[in-house]
Amino acid sequence: MMLLEMAATAMGDRVAVGPSGSGITCDDLMGRAAGLAGRLRASRSERLLLCGEPGAVLPVSLFGAAWGGAAYVPVNYRLGDDDLRALAERASPALAVADSDGAARLAGVDGLEIVERDGLLADPSGGAETADPGDWPADPDATAVLLYTSGTSGPPKAAVLRHRHLVSYVFSTVEFASAGPDEAHIMAVPPYHVASVAAQLSQVYSGRRIVPLAKFDPEAWIDLVRDEDVTHAMLVPTMLARIVDALDRRGETLETVRFVSYGGGKSHRTVVERALEVFPAAGFSHAYGLTETSSTVCVMGPDDHRRWAASDDPDERARLSSAGRPLPGVEVSVRSPDGTTAGTGTAGEIWVRGEQVAGEYADGGSQLNEDGWFCTRDSGHLDEAGYLWVHGRNDDIIIRGGENMSPGEIEDALLTHPAVVDAAAFGVPSREWGEEVAVCVVARSPIPTADDLRELVRARLRSSRVPARIEFVDDLPYNDTGKLLRRELRSRHAADPGSQVD
Amino acid sequence: MVELRPGARFQSTVCATEVIVVKGTGPTELTCGGEPMVPAGSAERAGEPSADASEGTLLGKRYGDGDETVEVLCTKAGEGSLALAGVAMAVKVTKPLPASD
Repeated sequence: MMLLEMAATAMGDRVAVGPSGSGITCDDLMGRAAGLAGRLRASRSERLLLCGEPGAVLPVSLFGAAWGGAAYVPVNYRLGDDDLRALAERASPALAVADSDGAARLAGVDGLEIVERDGLLADPSGGAETADPGDWPADPDATAVLLYTSGTSGPPKAAVLRHRHLVSYVFSTVEFASAGPDEAHIMAVPPYHVASVAAQLSQVYSGRRIVPLAKFDPEAWIDLVRDEDVTHAMLVPTMLARIVDALDRRGETLETVRFVSYGGGKSHRTVVERALEVFPAAGFSHAYGLTETSSTVCVMGPDDHRRWAASDDPDERARLSSAGRPLPGVEVSVRSPDGTTAGTGTAGEIWVRGEQVAGEYADGGSQLNEDGWFCTRDSGHLDEAGYLWVHGRNDDIIIRGGENMSPGEIEDALLTHPAVVDAAAFGVPSREWGEEVAVCVVARSPIPTADDLRELVRARLRSSRVPARIEFVDDLPYNDTGKLLRRELRSRHAADPGSQVD
Repeated sequence: MVELRPGARFQSTVCATEVIVVKGTGPTELTCGGEPMVPAGSAERAGEPSADASEGTLLGKRYGDGDETVEVLCTKAGEGSLALAGVAMAVKVTKPLPASD
């Protein structure tokens, strides 16, 4: 609430969210948050469950929850009915803010008071007494947000982000009121992604108008950018790839966009290189972070992008695939399995430490070690210039004959082939080796042969990394926040006896 | 003396100024308007800033000491000015950060 109060004090008339002419101003956002806070207090709700698409209701709910002393809990509305209701049961007792479809699907969950999105925007307090300005809980240790992690490696866990983590993130990454009055940020990531929470806070604090896009579709995104003169965007890599494709198809470029940040999954250098062309006026940032770390911990900014994209040195140019360097106030260390710091260029587990690093789950408590370090369970390495390279999830590590190999480095090698559009590497059971490398490859014409690709991996890495099994596919399975579902590929191949590699 | 730690919030006792600590730890003599600052919400305002410490604070600005060990951010502006162990704190001119979202 401190962030919104500051924004309203300095920029009360500025539109915080919505169209430039008719959107909700910072003052108006304060008023609605006060109403919602009153409603939450009257119903003694400790959580606000949000079930729906990006819209003006998000910042109203996020700040209203903070004011009312409730945790903001955005849930994945794309889940099946049973999973959605199970999550809602875990979160109740709560006030649920949902679109009409979500309201119908959540109806009858014990301890859930449901209010429809449009009704909430029209009448935030719902007849309760509106909270007074300044009368909000100031406890930095209170839970601000509960986010269910994407669960690519198991059932979703509820990550706990406290006010002090989010406030620290904003203070170390954003300058107050730094946005020009014409700046606008298109918000297309789903509300249940940590980037949505971080983006709302950052935009409000910097004074940049939020333009929500309810349903992501590359054409709708491009049209909204044009209609609203959008200057800033945050995207997950799969969205960026689809937008670049759509712009290529239309033979268009987007000149109004000054800044694009992308992250939250593996991005491919070829997409980034094409993106630099279709957003001719934009600076690019590649952000790496986790839900548990209040989003971004490492960033490769616009200067780096320009520098590495223009370099003739292949090693420097390859740095476009890195995650950049740690944010101010964040430390990153790569460690070997025995806990010692891995040397430059040596792969290990990525650990992070900093005021924004929460590293806590609702049912599992704090995961920080005694020195405050959090193990991301991602593998990667730091290069000689201090750039972090993220190879992938540790759970995805392929162990072949006792040798650990990360899918990321095999994928990176495959992606250096000009015809390879996308690639996923994963382990399949092998009697001889324990696990063997399998890859699924999306290629465009002229499609390379499997032997071409094996030779490429052998030349760039080493023979143990050469895929035993190569499958050409039309596309790879991603979830809606851009995470590759390696588990799906693995189980599909494990279930198929033909894929047993000996 | 107040105990600094990142995230800790302090208020002036002689004007409306409030700050949050961004950087710095340990016991420190943090003053605003010439009077020691206290934990936010712990005191009512009484009196006026002293004449030699009344240049005011600016909302959202970062203030630091000369050797960059302490940084506070102004979350509410006031008429007093900030000092650390008797030395006026200056507005930090920060280089723009690459936005990450």
